[in-house]
Amino acid sequence: MHSAQRLAGALRRALVHALPTVLGIVILNFLLLQLVPGDAADVMAGESGSATKETMAMMRSHFGLDLPVWQQLLHYLDHLAHFSLGFSPRFNMPVMELIWSRLPNTLLLMASALAISIVLGIACGAAMATWAGKWPDRVLTLLTLLLYSTPGFWVGLMAVVLFSVHLGWLPSDGNMTIGATLSGWDALRDRLSHALLPALALASVFVAIYARLTRAAMLEVQTQDFVRTAEAKGLHPFTVQLRHVLRNALIPVTTVAGIHLGNLLGGAVVIETVFSWPGLGRLALEAVQGRDYAVSLGVLLLSSFMVIVANLLIDVLHAWLDPRIKA
Amino acid sequence: MKPTNISDLPRTRVSASPYKPRISVVPPAASDSFSSLAPPATPWWRRLLPGRHVTVEAAARRPAGQALRLYLRNPAAVTGTVVLLLIVLMALSAPWFYPGDPLDMVAQPLLWPGQDPHYWLGTDSLGRDVAAGIMHGARASLLIGVAAAAVGLGIGTLVGACAGYFGGRTDTVLVRLMELFQATPSFLLMIVVVSIAAPTITVIALTIGVTSWTTVARLVRAEFRALKQRDFVLAARSLGYSDSRIIFREILPNALPPIIVTTSVMVATAILMESALSFLGLGDPNRVSWGSLIGSGRDMLRTAWYLTAIPGSAIIVAVLSLNLVGDGLNEALNPRLRSRTE
Repeated sequence: MHSAQRLAGALRRALVHALPTVLGIVILNFLLLQLVPGDAADVMAGESGSATKETMAMMRSHFGLDLPVWQQLLHYLDHLAHFSLGFSPRFNMPVMELIWSRLPNTLLLMASALAISIVLGIACGAAMATWAGKWPDRVLTLLTLLLYSTPGFWVGLMAVVLFSVHLGWLPSDGNMTIGATLSGWDALRDRLSHALLPALALASVFVAIYARLTRAAMLEVQTQDFVRTAEAKGLHPFTVQLRHVLRNALIPVTTVAGIHLGNLLGGAVVIETVFSWPGLGRLALEAVQGRDYAVSLGVLLLSSFMVIVANLLIDVLHAWLDPRIKA
Repeated sequence: MKPTNISDLPRTRVSASPYKPRISVVPPAASDSFSSLAPPATPWWRRLLPGRHVTVEAAARRPAGQALRLYLRNPAAVTGTVVLLLIVLMALSAPWFYPGDPLDMVAQPLLWPGQDPHYWLGTDSLGRDVAAGIMHGARASLLIGVAAAAVGLGIGTLVGACAGYFGGRTDTVLVRLMELFQATPSFLLMIVVVSIAAPTITVIALTIGVTSWTTVARLVRAEFRALKQRDFVLAARSLGYSDSRIIFREILPNALPPIIVTTSVMVATAILMESALSFLGLGDPNRVSWGSLIGSGRDMLRTAWYLTAIPGSAIIVAVLSLNLVGDGLNEALNPRLRSRTE
């Protein structure tokens, strides 16, 4: 009961703290996209090849593009309060619907990449810290540094060459076999085999980051008194490492994981392009190339919100991991 | 814990306003006339060197000579430095080795590396020399990396210094600004900004800098918060120095070591960012960069994978050597870390 209250308090404080950031992001994104030269009507006119002044004006008034900036912002905020992100002139459907249709794919990609990178990264880091200064530490340090210096999209491209082109083990694009009517286990296996390479490519840099971080944090914790106490109690060294050192070392790792969520999403933009993965990142790229305000604004906004929400959850997680943390 | 504000500290000689003491030991006017009588001022860059300005504080960290010795004893860091210098040399000598435009078609298309000794790294699907592309690409990648890091460092240092030094409401607002930029996925923001403005080298470098300053800002803020409690800051303040003088000439030189360490990592990150941007086709279309080489090689991935592998390896070598330099600097300049690992 007491701990539940504490967690609720932590959540409330974090929520209040996040509110101005949310508002700032809304306004920043809106103002930024106002700076775009040319609007969606120009693009559509250019694509259709011909448009009279009247049709252009009609399109502008239809999509509200001819109003003053502050009115457009008010409209936008009003729509936002009703959970509407506007209408995409280019894709000809509501932005919210468009984003919802792509979001699960990106979330799947991000979640699997995050899981891979956290599990592998912490395992690597723990191994490095346990054998600090010895050969496993040196080899892993070199490997993680190499991974840390390699662009994720290049890892993806090389993985395609090796696993798809030469070995033929895994598919190289899309998120499922097109035209195949699979069900049950076969469908799941099909999905997983499509997700494996992009998730690994996206995870590559983050594995290195978390490994380095876990190593540093564990070395820091190992010098503390409670670790000596635990050892003096006669606990098995493995138990000490796992229950006392690693648990406390997880706090900086989860903090950084929260900070890096935005980077993970940025990485997803490139990885999705490499693997033709139908997700938010590719949507954002297409929208930007097509000058579709509403969509790029929506993706930017929604992904920022996702980062904020995830960080809220991480704050609560910290309050659970370390009872000393209050705020 | 509530951040300790300088105005909360016990004050004896400093007057009511914490920043602009009305009664100062040396009146500003007097100190000005005094400095005009002083021997010629040291060049500005000397002031940036740690250990020059406030010797007591710098000595508490580590004298520059000792840090340099530690750095030179680290084989990984020395290797990184040498490789990095070679890459810089390669970038500088590119017009001399390959005077033509690297985008020109010069030979038979799709020559594999080693197939024709004159084009030792092969040619791409349009018959452009890959080796020329790699050497000229080093120019764009390094230039953008350094320029973006400079922009990011500038903004980050300024914001972090103001937040850490002034504290209070300024700090709250600036920290909120940092959180705002941290929550926005920087790569998405970058794509939007670069496509709004024209994709030139200047715009790309500025954009990468503007989206990557938060790390430095946090670091500098923490340093300033710690340093402003020290006696030498109180002394400077009681001498009636202006805030900007205390920030840039008293505290900043002492906060430099962590900033220096971050610089190499920032250049590395900027190079990676630029490569991703030009890979997506959002780079400068008139300049060859390593990322754009990967982007154009991607179409031939199934048959001529060397077109992707070679520029990718160039990126890895450059970024790896920058990271080795960064790690070496960190160990040499950060005594706390060193004593822990040894």
